[in-house]
Amino acid sequence: MRRLMKALKGLWSLAVGLRITAVELIKPQITVHYPRKEVDNLATYRGHIELVPQDEDPGTPRCIMCWRCVDICPSRCITLRMHVQGEETGRAADPGLRLSPDVQVPYSQHLAPPPDRIVRVLDGYRLNYSLCSLCGLCVQSCPVDAIRFTGNAYLVGTTRQTFDIDLLARLQQRAASTAAARGAARAA
Amino acid sequence: MGHDVNEKLTGDFYTKHFAPALSEDGDTLILNIGPQHPATHGVLRVVVELDGEYIRKSEPVLGYIHRMHEQMGEVKTYPQYLPNMGRVDYLHALAWNWAYVGAVEKLMGITVPPRAEYIRVITCELNRISSHLLWWGAYLLDLGGFTPILYGFADRERILDILQIVTGSRLTYCYFRFGGVVTDVTDEFIALTRQFCRDFTQRLPMYRDLVTGNMILRGRCEDIGVLSPEMARRYGATGPVLRGSGVAYDVRRFEPYSVYDRLAFDIPTGQAGDAMDRYEVRMAEMAQSVRIIEQALEALPAGDVVSPDLPERVIPPKGEIYFAVEGARGKIGVYLLSDGTAKPYRLKLRSPSFSNLSLFAELAQGTLLADAISIMGSLDLVIPEIDR
Repeated sequence: MRRLMKALKGLWSLAVGLRITAVELIKPQITVHYPRKEVDNLATYRGHIELVPQDEDPGTPRCIMCWRCVDICPSRCITLRMHVQGEETGRAADPGLRLSPDVQVPYSQHLAPPPDRIVRVLDGYRLNYSLCSLCGLCVQSCPVDAIRFTGNAYLVGTTRQTFDIDLLARLQQRAASTAAARGAARAA
Repeated sequence: MGHDVNEKLTGDFYTKHFAPALSEDGDTLILNIGPQHPATHGVLRVVVELDGEYIRKSEPVLGYIHRMHEQMGEVKTYPQYLPNMGRVDYLHALAWNWAYVGAVEKLMGITVPPRAEYIRVITCELNRISSHLLWWGAYLLDLGGFTPILYGFADRERILDILQIVTGSRLTYCYFRFGGVVTDVTDEFIALTRQFCRDFTQRLPMYRDLVTGNMILRGRCEDIGVLSPEMARRYGATGPVLRGSGVAYDVRRFEPYSVYDRLAFDIPTGQAGDAMDRYEVRMAEMAQSVRIIEQALEALPAGDVVSPDLPERVIPPKGEIYFAVEGARGKIGVYLLSDGTAKPYRLKLRSPSFSNLSLFAELAQGTLLADAISIMGSLDLVIPEIDR
């Protein structure tokens, strides 16, 4: 008798579970069938970083080349290249210390005088996205908000080069395409 | 080294090391479960000696996903180590975030603004629910029920959406910073969290009806892997594994950190200490987490989310510190030894899964192989956390 009761109780527990399955069966589907449909929750997603353009010139990044993002990055994903205007050779990894124009460097008489104002030019800003862990320390440490996250969740590639992103070229390309689009709109 | 190794056997060192103590009758079988086995949920390998269907002896083999997290702590600066913490236990990443930033804050004497403390509580508890939901689905998957994981993931997906609003990521969060959190919560976050708490409270009875009462599940869990409180203590088990055995130990209650002492919550415990009790404890914990989140949302004060008097460079003074938090799997501890430089001198991570796995060998002795899978699932192991 007790075994019969136990079996009946067990069967009832299965029926209760099946009732829920049946209820769920008639509910609308919540699965999003990618790629026919795309999810709508990517607004807050943090994809790879990008450079922020200057307000007045969308082709030039805000970056002041302080190297903080390069220094803080735990995985060393960011490569920055810059040169000081007038010294076109470029300094790959050395931000360099420039002496004040007032200081006379010994044996420098034959050199051109240092410029009044040192203008740094960004030559390249690359992100190795395959190393990036999206911690956001570079974005946080930037003193001029020159880096931000993209919502790019669909970056896929079969080669390593796909994830070696030239962010400076990306910024310039975008500026050029928006300028072209604006020009076309004005012409029309 | 006095390794007693049976050279006649084929197999690697672990199999040979395992073999000499084999029983004399020679009628047993050595079986490797893993390292690539779906029931181990990661790259864990367990060598078992089988007598028919029964386990005579078993031994977990670790190290297949060792990523040198502790060593990395010694070569990275304090902020640079932050993204590592989301990857030690990827299911309850925020608890590890918290353990690390908490240790550094304690050593440096940084006070966290109250708003940030409450945000930490809310996000950490949401993360705990998502972790338990994944365990729930995966455990039932181990036991042969496929559909529950889809129900679990439907709710878990909502938590991930909510956490994505503030953290920007969906799994390996790197959200906590020294002295606070990265971003403030938005109104959307608060509204969605409230809505989730309401819906999830209604969904919990559904989970019970769907699975918990199910006779098949009860048959696979009741009286399986009975863990006595004494044995749990001996192995240093914490979290739901310890509470399932009836010991009401919770770091949030016994070593209260942050604002947990201002929030009311119960510590669910089991009586028998079998797999079913551990299951029930986790199900009850999700309801308690919802309770904590609701209170924290009510009490959420205005203010900064990062301490305003934070030094520019995070360099703690010389000294050592231990800070523990309650993770989804148990007590997470970070021991930090600073020599006053920009990098930690030593960083020791105490992971609950390591202790919880250690008792598996003794617990599985004499059980059926199929029950051992149930026991392993009920321990809720996260393998990267074991190897650190």
